[in-house]
Amino acid sequence: MAAVLETVGLEKHFGGLTAVAGLSLRIEKGARHALIGPNGAGKTTVINLLTGVLRPSSGRILLEGEDITSLESYRRVRRGLARTFQINQLFLDLTPLETIGLAISERNGLGAQWWRVVGSNPVVVEEIVEILARFHLTDVMYERTGNLPYGKQRLLEIALAIACRPRVLLLDEPAAGVPEDERHEILATVAALPPDVTVLLIEHDMDIVFSFADRISVLVNGALFVDGPPEEVARDPRVKAVYLGESLDA
Amino acid sequence: MPSSVEDQVAHHLAARARWRPLEYVFWLAAVASVFLLPGRHLILTEIAWLALFALSLDLILGYAGIISLGHAAFFGLGSYAGALLAKYGIVTEPVLALLVSGLCAAVLGFGTSFLVLRGSDLTRLMVTLGVALIMREIANQIPQLTGGADGLQGVIVGPILGMFDFDIFGHVSYVYCLIILFVLFVLARRIVYSPFGLSLRAIKGNSLRASSIGISVNARLVAVYTLAAFYAGVAGALLAQTTAFASLDVFSFERSADLLLVLIIGGTGYLYGGLIGAVIFKLMQDWIANLTPQYWQFWIGLVLVLIVLVGRDRFGSWTGGVRALAARMLRRFSGGVAPVPVPPGEGR
Repeated sequence: MAAVLETVGLEKHFGGLTAVAGLSLRIEKGARHALIGPNGAGKTTVINLLTGVLRPSSGRILLEGEDITSLESYRRVRRGLARTFQINQLFLDLTPLETIGLAISERNGLGAQWWRVVGSNPVVVEEIVEILARFHLTDVMYERTGNLPYGKQRLLEIALAIACRPRVLLLDEPAAGVPEDERHEILATVAALPPDVTVLLIEHDMDIVFSFADRISVLVNGALFVDGPPEEVARDPRVKAVYLGESLDA
Repeated sequence: MPSSVEDQVAHHLAARARWRPLEYVFWLAAVASVFLLPGRHLILTEIAWLALFALSLDLILGYAGIISLGHAAFFGLGSYAGALLAKYGIVTEPVLALLVSGLCAAVLGFGTSFLVLRGSDLTRLMVTLGVALIMREIANQIPQLTGGADGLQGVIVGPILGMFDFDIFGHVSYVYCLIILFVLFVLARRIVYSPFGLSLRAIKGNSLRASSIGISVNARLVAVYTLAAFYAGVAGALLAQTTAFASLDVFSFERSADLLLVLIIGGTGYLYGGLIGAVIFKLMQDWIANLTPQYWQFWIGLVLVLIVLVGRDRFGSWTGGVRALAARMLRRFSGGVAPVPVPPGEGR
């Protein structure tokens, strides 16, 4: 299988601190890949490097074989690499309708249009409606995002990434902070993502990781510690020792 | 019924950009003032170009979140450009000269936009302030062109479209400024309801996320900053044309600071803030200056302190209240706009 997203010797230093140390990661096309590791292992830094929020100190990032290491954030999105954030990053003053409409307009290259009114394109409207329905946001689509309950905001966070129609989706703890009774809604939508979208999931909750992932990479101190299918990673004594021990045996 | 939801969404999105009844009232009042207040046309002219200047600041502050204490840099450049074009007979037709002056300011806006892309509000305040100070000093150092501290004398502005001569009562000036204001307002209104305008609001709300959905944040900010500079340049040229004069104070810090005050009085982010703010500011200035000529500065200072104490949020909610009221009235009058549709099974 071809790697759709790959890092080669990726490093990131913050002053004297090494957050990511020579990480070489391969994510196969169509994979459900989980990136796990103890607190401070550098998981979110990896996501920020992959999406271009941070620039690596050294190393390369390849998307579908092309070097995107020095590409700006927004250009990576246009090439099909989208993400969600661990802490919601939404447009609080816009409605879900406007938010999704904006993302779709941008993807279609209509974002710089300054003469037409938003939503005057029927194709865009059709897709807005479809995405809002898929993420259970239809009933709140006219409300200000800042006024929505947290669970709905979390759904919008994922819907917004999907509206970019990514080929590779990076999910940074999608269920973080969501109350127990709303969790299943989030996880169901994550599980229902189209199979051709490659997903890299960062997650603390081991139940979610093992129910979702077909491959797991364990990150420790910014380096790849173990990489393999879930059964293998779960059995690995080294993994148990550094990380999984308590959460698996509990 | 998927198709009906789509119709409603399309309708809702289109309705956002539709003219509200209060907007018609506002502009009808402006037209009425032409006929009903012929003795007040001089101050109304000032209100009109100040409103355009404030509209310009609202485009970057209210929509893109770029705060500026040096917007007079563009106003001043447009003002000198307008005066010089007329004085040396380079462009004698005022409307065309207005366009050229605006373009001069837009070039400066484009060039300095790269300075405000990064950094906090404080950095932006300092950078914009610095640019205006530099522009003022440049104008001061080339008196052979600008007239230096004496101002640019001997400007004679030709008739508008070759037909309408400016008069000393400001009748032609006011109608001219009002028409320019209206045209540029309609253009701005069109822009803020477009995908481009929506992306500006997204950038203002969360620029990190905006770039994560594929928006080129810097390009959009450069575009709107350049556009705002054009607007400010046109406003400055209107001042120069209607007074046949330009002086160093077009670049002054007070002008930039007053402008911020105008916009804060009127409220940001809904386009009418600058217009309403300009009306209130000028009338207040006129009224207080008549009562106590020496203490104008005192009263404007007091107003500023009160506004800051009351808080911009409160002002925002006032205008929000007005807007909500307008929306309710609109819904009642038009009757048919359904509220949030709740498809079966979606209710909570």
